[in-house]
Amino acid sequence: MVELTIDGIKTRVSEGTTVLEAASEMGITIPTLCYYHGLSCYGECRVCLVEVVKGDRSSLEASCTLPVEQGQVILTDSEKARKARKVIVELLLASCPNSKTLQDMAANMGINKIRFKIKDRGCILCGRCVRYCKEQMKSGGIGFVGRGTSRRVATAFDVTPEECRNCGGCEWICPVCEKACMAESLIDGLCGGCQNLAPVETCLVCTGCSESVGPQGHRVYK
Amino acid sequence: MVNDYEKVKAIVDRYGGKHASVIAILQDVQSEYHYLPEHALRAVAGQLRLPLIQVCGVATFFKAFSLKPRGEHTVTVCLGTACHVRGAPAVLDEAKRQLGIEPGNTTDDMRFTLETVNCLGACALGPIVVVDDEYQGQMGPRKVKKVLNKYKKTPRDRRHAEIVVSS
Ligand code: SF4
Ligand code: SF4
Ligand code: SF4
Ligand code: FES
Ligand code: FES
Repeated sequence: MVELTIDGIKTRVSEGTTVLEAASEMGITIPTLCYYHGLSCYGECRVCLVEVVKGDRSSLEASCTLPVEQGQVILTDSEKARKARKVIVELLLASCPNSKTLQDMAANMGINKIRFKIKDRGCILCGRCVRYCKEQMKSGGIGFVGRGTSRRVATAFDVTPEECRNCGGCEWICPVCEKACMAESLIDGLCGGCQNLAPVETCLVCTGCSESVGPQGHRVYK
Repeated sequence: MVNDYEKVKAIVDRYGGKHASVIAILQDVQSEYHYLPEHALRAVAGQLRLPLIQVCGVATFFKAFSLKPRGEHTVTVCLGTACHVRGAPAVLDEAKRQLGIEPGNTTDDMRFTLETVNCLGACALGPIVVVDDEYQGQMGPRKVKKVLNKYKKTPRDRRHAEIVVSS
């Protein structure tokens, strides 16, 4: 057993647990994107950054791949961590402005402008589809090809692979194609959460119509 | 193609069919064919019992691998900072003019492939042009023309011509 402190609360978890898992056992939610329950941890998106305090210094680490350590002090909701996550979601949105998952996340984090040049790439390279195909379907029909800016998800030689079982799982698990953001126009790269779609008069109480709306919810018009 | 399959099998066997050796295997396959033909990649994946896409992922990750047929000689012009300030762009221009192709391409007769690189770690000799494995330092437009002419005059490598045609 390892003892650590998350957001000021002491907890004991078994060795080999990740900080993300330890936090969620305590009911603390850390936003995640490339992490998916049942798939291996990949640590690509960095949305799950937390602050790890070491004496009077601190560093930012991806909680989904960070193993717990004895005496670790973690802050999941510090100013530093939140600021870093915001920049990351902004960057991800700049490359996938039509992802509803990302737009919701941005609305939830109170991002009000994308400061980066928007270039829709249709994929954030989170690798969820690739890991799903390999680990859950035991197929390995899709994978990453290329490197750097030309890295993309593809099938071998761009033909339907023999290994593919046509399960559709790769599309289902994708945070970009799974649910497209229906907003017609983006302002500063943002849709404004689902407020764009819901007429102001009707959205009096938040029914949580959007799955990924967190505890803060959206701004509800009165 | 049976012959080719055997060839690939021999290479894979040399490395004991280990997944970790995939890079070394691909290197050997590439030196056999001058590039990585699709059927060879399929054979490697089949032999190693890996999904084809994983082999493709490795093959497309490293710049040293090429999925397109390559010329008999690879001409690499360094465009790194040191070579650049010493006049590499003029050398590249001359090489392009001599071969009639843009970097990344191969001449129609499959003799030359032109490439650029950002620093070879031999800056003191810059501008550098590497033809196959030979480093040629202190290049200038005139000198590069001479070097290329030398290679143009060498007789064709029959084996290479056959490989490219047969694939
Ligand atoms: S549809 Fe094919 S490629 Fe996609 S996850 Fe299923 S098996 Fe893999
Ligand atoms: S296609 Fe979707 S799931 Fe796959 S890497 Fe890209 S964003 Fe992630
Ligand atoms: S109900 Fe809530 S989540 Fe849905 S549109 Fe209204 S404010 Fe947004
Ligand atoms: S969820 Fe941790 S890096 Fe993506
Ligand atoms: S810049 Fe050409 S070798 Fe370094």
